[in-house]
Amino acid sequence: MTAYIPNIAFAALFIVLVGLFVRNIKRIIRNIRLGTAVNRSDHPKKRWMHMARIALGQSKMVSKPISGALHVIVYVGFIVINIELLEIVVDGFLGTHRVFAPFLGSFYDVLIFTFEIFALLVLISVFFFWTRRNVIRIKRFWKPEMKGWPKWDADIILYAEVVLMTLFLTMNAADFWLQMIAQDPHYVQAGSFPISQWIAPLFDGMSASQVVYVERTTWWLHITGILLFLNYLYYSKHLHIILAFPNTYFAKLTPQGSLPNMETVTSEVKLMMDPSADPYAAPSTEPSTFGAQDVTDLNWVQLMNAYSCTECGRCTDECPANQTGKILSPRKIMMDTRDRLTEVGEFFNRGEEPNNNVLLGNYISKEELWACTTCNACVEACPIAIDPLSIIMDMRRYLVMEQSAAPTELNTMMSNVENNGAPWPFNQQDRITWREELKS
Amino acid sequence: MANTINNIPTISELAAEGKHPEVLFWVGCAGSFDERAKKITKAFVQLLINAKVSFAVLGPEESCTGDPAKRAGNEFLFQMQAMTNIEVLNGYEVKKIVTTCPHCFNTLKNEYPGLGGNYEVVHHTQFLKQLLEEGKLTVAGGSFKGKRITFHDPCYLGRANNEYEAPRTVLEKLESELIEMKSCKEKGLCCGAGGAQMFKDAEPGTTEINIARTEQALETKPDIIAAGCPFCNTMMTDGVKNKEQEGRIAVMDIAELLQQAQDI
Repeated sequence: MTAYIPNIAFAALFIVLVGLFVRNIKRIIRNIRLGTAVNRSDHPKKRWMHMARIALGQSKMVSKPISGALHVIVYVGFIVINIELLEIVVDGFLGTHRVFAPFLGSFYDVLIFTFEIFALLVLISVFFFWTRRNVIRIKRFWKPEMKGWPKWDADIILYAEVVLMTLFLTMNAADFWLQMIAQDPHYVQAGSFPISQWIAPLFDGMSASQVVYVERTTWWLHITGILLFLNYLYYSKHLHIILAFPNTYFAKLTPQGSLPNMETVTSEVKLMMDPSADPYAAPSTEPSTFGAQDVTDLNWVQLMNAYSCTECGRCTDECPANQTGKILSPRKIMMDTRDRLTEVGEFFNRGEEPNNNVLLGNYISKEELWACTTCNACVEACPIAIDPLSIIMDMRRYLVMEQSAAPTELNTMMSNVENNGAPWPFNQQDRITWREELKS
Repeated sequence: MANTINNIPTISELAAEGKHPEVLFWVGCAGSFDERAKKITKAFVQLLINAKVSFAVLGPEESCTGDPAKRAGNEFLFQMQAMTNIEVLNGYEVKKIVTTCPHCFNTLKNEYPGLGGNYEVVHHTQFLKQLLEEGKLTVAGGSFKGKRITFHDPCYLGRANNEYEAPRTVLEKLESELIEMKSCKEKGLCCGAGGAQMFKDAEPGTTEINIARTEQALETKPDIIAAGCPFCNTMMTDGVKNKEQEGRIAVMDIAELLQQAQDI
């Protein structure tokens, strides 16, 4: 019976930590569903292509070649090494060791070889990522919204990757060492260890049982670390590793310049402009808010965008308002949206009603919103097709249509449009004076 | 009968004769009222006449597309403007619209269809490119040969509608030296006017957006800063004045450049 203790311990660990992860994912889905409806089920083929190109193919990442290349390495490494994870989990449940090796033959050597190469490449890339953040101090990583937790979060992720990769390589090194001395039939000859064979000599002079101890410890720490990291995602900006995919699938496919027409407004305007319309004939529509004051006024894609944001700051870097010292930062818009949504979600987790905070006011200020030129630079820059501009626009709509709180000059412009059909106080009849001026 | 400088009809004048233009030139508010932008309107009209394009304008029947209201957050006002305009456009059975303003272009092309206004909408740089390719317009050559020209991408033509090549193709026909700014095309820096910013003061910051953009333009040591939007034109002109370079560097619309190249 005692022989099965590791299997049972592994099963318990796995079930508890994966269970917690599933609970967290369900909470995120519940929170995203707090958003209003928007139909993004059209053009499935186009959407798959969009996802394949931008998320799978990292096409926007590489527009910045250095961080793009580093990211591609870590991304491919992550995917490749996850194949190994599958074997580790099977081994954990069955109490086997390198269970895939007999089935895959020499291909198994190729796999392990590849994992090791990528583990090293990931370590190198992470070193560069950390250096860019903490030594070179690239400006976008040190903007005001990155103070405190977001800064910690970014570093923790890098440290976690270093720890996991080091554990993986040490585990392989101990395994390789044990394979070499060939005393324990449990450690079958399997795999090719281009990196960890250089770590293995560190164990020379240790007894076989000590090295088995190292191998077992690193094996357990590695898989526990991965399962803990899985649960860290919920508290972190790192959710993009999952959400980048649905995020690109459900992105807006119409030209970036098109700002959807509000249907609730259309029906009212039609009623207003048709003198023969009977206002009582139309079925009374549900009272809805024009624009967005809080996260629940935003649509679910916008909320998913917020969870997907990994705070890289490429949007803010490209933002003309931010570049010229205004307080607007598209990244902060996304972070605020996520933080407010998390706050609302926490109340639901406790079975309580959310507090009276609102996104527009408690998190995002009018000054930020009015600084936007709607130039779409942030939307274009986002490597995973997040649309901060749509949130800015929905909040402007709330300010103008619900609160009549536009800046005075804009009110003047709008009354000109209303009265003269132009943003300036000119007579509509004079729209063609240039024709007279042109005559020879 | 082809249009002449003395005969630029409004669409209602044409309709009175039972005629339809092939294309409606949507002038836009800036092109109608702003003294600087009116020069762009006139240059473009001259080109249309040279190319023997059958066109008309709406004149007093044209009204703001509603873009600045929409971008300011006033969807009501936008849709009222849009529906009024659509009623007029559909009333004249307009099929094709060309406009010198990327904001009008974007709104007419992308936001009017959902409200019942379906037209083929082209930006004037696209239209001019086509006229050149069809041989309806020819460049005499010479006047801009070897001039250093940098092109400022309008956000609502470029990123908003993915058109980066048409204005550049026209510039290449001028045999000028096209020099790109460090931020161009997809990464083009805004002039600062979009999203209704044209009509308000900027929020507090360290500098103005148009100054930042003008600095990027000046780095290319241009003779001419080319624009494709009346608002960009204003912003860049102000920027050049701010840098006291107006005696040396001209800010010109693609239509103006092409029209001057025709005159020679």
